Amino acid sequence: MAHRNSAAHHDIPALEKAPTGIPGLDEISGGGLPKGRITIVCGGPGCGKTMLGLEFLVRGATEFNQPGVLIAFEETPEEMARNVASLGFDLKDLAERKKLYLDYVYVEPSEIQETGEYDLEGLFIRLQHAVDKVGAKRVMLDTLEALFSGFSNPGILRAEIRRLFRWLKEKGLTTIVTAEKGEGTLTRHGLEEYVSDCVILLDHRITEQISTRRMRIVKYRGTKHGADEYPFLIDEHGMSVLPVTSMDLQHKVSNQRVPTGIPDLDDMLEGKGYFRGSSILISGAAGSGKTILAATFAEAACKRGERCLYIGFEESMNQIARNMKSVGINFKPWVKKGLLVHRAWRPTQYGIEMHLLRIHKLIEKFEPDNIVIDPITNLITASTEKDVHSMLMRLMDFLKENGVTSLFTSLSNVAEIAESEVGISSLIDSWISLRYTEIFGKRHRGLFVLKSRGMAHSTQLREMIITSKGIKLGPANALLAYRDRERDPQADIDSAPVTQKVRIKGVRGGSPSKVRSARGAR
Amino acid sequence: MKKNSKAPGASRDNYFQLRLYVAGQTPRSLAALSNLKRICAAHLDGRYRIEVIDLIKNPQLAQGDQILAIPTLVRNLPKPIRKIIGDLSDTERVLVGLDLRDLQVRKAGA
Repeated sequence: MAHRNSAAHHDIPALEKAPTGIPGLDEISGGGLPKGRITIVCGGPGCGKTMLGLEFLVRGATEFNQPGVLIAFEETPEEMARNVASLGFDLKDLAERKKLYLDYVYVEPSEIQETGEYDLEGLFIRLQHAVDKVGAKRVMLDTLEALFSGFSNPGILRAEIRRLFRWLKEKGLTTIVTAEKGEGTLTRHGLEEYVSDCVILLDHRITEQISTRRMRIVKYRGTKHGADEYPFLIDEHGMSVLPVTSMDLQHKVSNQRVPTGIPDLDDMLEGKGYFRGSSILISGAAGSGKTILAATFAEAACKRGERCLYIGFEESMNQIARNMKSVGINFKPWVKKGLLVHRAWRPTQYGIEMHLLRIHKLIEKFEPDNIVIDPITNLITASTEKDVHSMLMRLMDFLKENGVTSLFTSLSNVAEIAESEVGISSLIDSWISLRYTEIFGKRHRGLFVLKSRGMAHSTQLREMIITSKGIKLGPANALLAYRDRERDPQADIDSAPVTQKVRIKGVRGGSPSKVRSARGAR
Repeated sequence: MKKNSKAPGASRDNYFQLRLYVAGQTPRSLAALSNLKRICAAHLDGRYRIEVIDLIKNPQLAQGDQILAIPTLVRNLPKPIRKIIGDLSDTERVLVGLDLRDLQVRKAGA
């Protein structure tokens, strides 16, 4: 079994694939299900087996011009059509347009008396008839195992299932067979013994009242595939699988720069601002001005005519909009112009995967140039730190792949550079740290660039002054000068650089220093 | 194919409308038909009609009566519908399947 990370580039004739059209699944399966072969989709009740199969058929019919046949053993076509109508799948319409053929196979053991030898030729005939009707290339048998309750002769049944699988392969039909998970086995009746091409296991877990669906390709003969468990979701647009990490680090990089929205801060970043498509973290304690900084960035993007997606996990949209007005930032015109999409929801509202997916979908729909997530730390309330980290990694990969400049805010309770940045420092390209300094019984907001990859950024600690017209940065060294004056009221503010070296480690006036190598540069 | 709710010239109870589903002229199908004819002749005394449906020729008919196994004998009348699968070589089980065992007992008791 080839692992996705193994650099196997030998020229093995590739197995032909039938794309599922399910976002993410084709990616982890290297292009889809084995064409003309049988895939077993197994899992417990309610894990999404039928959904996967149906989406495979529906997308096959609508997106890949491959009509399909659904043989349903457990639900009538009407029930099934109703179940998937909420996902926007119109089975009836597809059936009318001869893109899909639905046959409900009803097995009721109490009505059947077995006398002597028989076979399941009737099933074959129905299948053949269905395939002929629509010129099917895809088949789904849901759930074939229902046969085991209908017929009492397991010998005949097993022989017939074996014959059926052979028959499907001979006809070159790409088939999904769903099966219930058994105790300690993949399927209750050991169907996987008959099929060795591809087995996909689905799982539905509830952790701390929040449900997560996961998928694993247990086996995929002749193909390299992702071997991990991948979270997936079923929402109003069907199924989506989230590859945990992108396969390789091959993002396009841009040399273009994006202004921060604060000229003084741009100055600290070589006078140009962030790199386009990079990820930016703004961390600081409560009330240190993170959201204002983020909103300034968003507004500046809109002013340049770029699109910005603003996701709030802390405050409602109206609240942020109102508060930002006090510092001269008005979101309204940009929302009206369609340049700013502002969404807010509670982090506890969904499981972590759902957040990721929701963000993905917003990005796909809106195609923003920039995205602000304020604050990412709140996500921890929705999940464990490890999961959040993994989610953010995936999100950042996704954003980088799409060249979206992303700005995250992060709440750190300690002035000290926190370990609580969910360990994402390695994912972050530019990190702005906000902190307080108390001088003369007054708190001053301080800002410094902790790191900024690929540029000679300033390492000064500047005072951040929030005015009704936005953010300004105080003169370099002013904060230290204040502090010096606090200790020695006679000190001259302008001569501060001499003393500051001693006072705060790593902050040296003017010259770009190596603070970033001290932390998180890797 | 619509099922007749009434059979001509007979009460619902004792007229048997039987349908035998086969797939081509296989030995098993032929055996099933001859077994069926023999059983009917012996137990139903002309109160029956056998219809043989070859699904190879009429595959669309398999759906209506929910046919999976071949051969399948469907008793459409009297109600309720009964299905007997296999080559009908086990006469006892065919009689039970057709509810003829009961009938015999009732007749004997009357």
